[in-house]
Amino acid sequence: MSAPLATFRSEWAKLTTVRSTAWTLFAAFAVTVAFGTLVSALSNARYDDLSQQERHAFDAAGTSFTGGVLGQLAMIAFGVMVIGAEYSTGMIRNSLAAVPRRGVFYFGKLAVATGVALVVGLVTSFVTFFAGQAALGSHSTTLGAHNVLRATLGAGLYMALMAVISMGVATMLRSSMLSMGILMPFFFLVTQILSSVPGAKKVAHYLPDQAGTAMARVVRDSDVPYGPGGGLVIMLVWVAAAVLGGYLVLRNRDA
Amino acid sequence: MIELAGVTKRYGEKVVVDDLAFTVRPGCVTGFLGPNGAGKSTTMRMMLGLDRPTSGHVLIDGRPYAQLKEPLRHIGALLDAKAMHGGRSAYQNLRCLALSNRIPESRVEEVLHEVGLNPVARKRPKGFSLGMGQRLGIAAALLGDPEIVLLDEPVNGLDPEGIHWIRTLMRRLASQGRTVFVSSHLMSEMALTADHLVVIGRGRLLADTSMEDFIDRNSRSSVRIRTPEPEKLRDVLSAVGITAAETGSGAFEVAEVPAERLGELALAHGILLHELSPQHASLEEAFIALTGEAAEYRTGPLAATAASGRDGIAPQTQPIGTES
Repeated sequence: MSAPLATFRSEWAKLTTVRSTAWTLFAAFAVTVAFGTLVSALSNARYDDLSQQERHAFDAAGTSFTGGVLGQLAMIAFGVMVIGAEYSTGMIRNSLAAVPRRGVFYFGKLAVATGVALVVGLVTSFVTFFAGQAALGSHSTTLGAHNVLRATLGAGLYMALMAVISMGVATMLRSSMLSMGILMPFFFLVTQILSSVPGAKKVAHYLPDQAGTAMARVVRDSDVPYGPGGGLVIMLVWVAAAVLGGYLVLRNRDA
Repeated sequence: MIELAGVTKRYGEKVVVDDLAFTVRPGCVTGFLGPNGAGKSTTMRMMLGLDRPTSGHVLIDGRPYAQLKEPLRHIGALLDAKAMHGGRSAYQNLRCLALSNRIPESRVEEVLHEVGLNPVARKRPKGFSLGMGQRLGIAAALLGDPEIVLLDEPVNGLDPEGIHWIRTLMRRLASQGRTVFVSSHLMSEMALTADHLVVIGRGRLLADTSMEDFIDRNSRSSVRIRTPEPEKLRDVLSAVGITAAETGSGAFEVAEVPAERLGELALAHGILLHELSPQHASLEEAFIALTGEAAEYRTGPLAATAASGRDGIAPQTQPIGTES
């Protein structure tokens, strides 16, 4: 009974006693807010250039969350480092010797780090929302408007889930360098490129970051074949796959 | 107590640990010896439940490792001194481990004091010297005040003072009735610390015996005699059927005959002796004699030629095991 609780406390201590945690999470927050506010200000300035149709589809809340495209990279770094540090330092052997039930260790670690990422993600999404709306001036929306609160929660949740996917991937690959080398270009370049290639676009819709974008929108993108609920489901499937993959590797391989 | 029964570890075709069975008992220092690549570290990882044996099992105090509720309170291990987070202070590194096994935080201070690291407790181990890192690793092993302490090559790369410190610590832990299991490929080091020896080569058990037995059984004891009357001595010895190998300048080596008997013979025949000294083969020599066959990586012809003059070592003319 006490084993999971002790593991939580240990993992919390691990997370709060290294500087990299604060740095990556602060980066996720700052980059998302700064970039989201900048895009919102630019959108406000250029609003008059938009066509009637574009104005109709304009998503004030979604616009303020644009910074997540960059901020998520810091969240990925956070997720990778939570797991990767165990392997790069060799600490994993001490950790598993202390908590030999690997499921307890793995899910304990994931739970603590996910909780932290969720809090940071939600704070980030609310701050970026208000900052973005301030920058949007007369074209802004409010939290009370239809679906806006849901989109804001979705944006925060998305950031946390990206961290979870990264933790799963890092556990499968057992290396920070390798995980960063795969996840960073993938989410920064590959999905962006895929989603702009006509043929690949259909596939790209089902990648995590596209699904996440849907979660953070108020006005549904007519190109995307699912809404925010569908986005969340797709996201959760990715999370489940990464977490399960990580668990199987950790359970079955020698440390 | 650590019990191994039929433990085998295979990586694909390669058998790293082959049907190991032995018991590590409390109250003494058990040295775990073997040449590099003999499977020592793999065996220790299996003891800690980190690697899964292909077959067989390891029991810690009668239970599989994974069933220990708070394992650090039963068994503490130093596998790799660098296995700490370089960016987290020494104190916090230990505190994280302590929390996971509900070990009171006061123990962290205690073990840091015990290994002499309390002045740098708040420093990050990134900047620690090898010796300090090793001390921190040992502090982690002692954290849960365990009955069993497992140390993998603890003296590697340490200065003489650090080596002396670890040696004293191991002796003290054993005298407190704990089980101390320490691996090394340094035979001379083991000779000074271990009471009991487990020797493996190529993953197989070669010996599981007390230190004295090990040396007696694996070495020829001899007596060195020096006299100003070598001809007379040789005649006397050969008259009673003892062969003496002359080693130059009036000195002889006599094997398998007690020094007392040689001294009596010399006295009875009025031969003046300048030296009469029993020669015990060192653990080093006994070890090489035992594992010579089983060593995974051998030196090539060049090194072998240099060594061929030494007693008890068959010169290697062909390197075996070219994989690395």
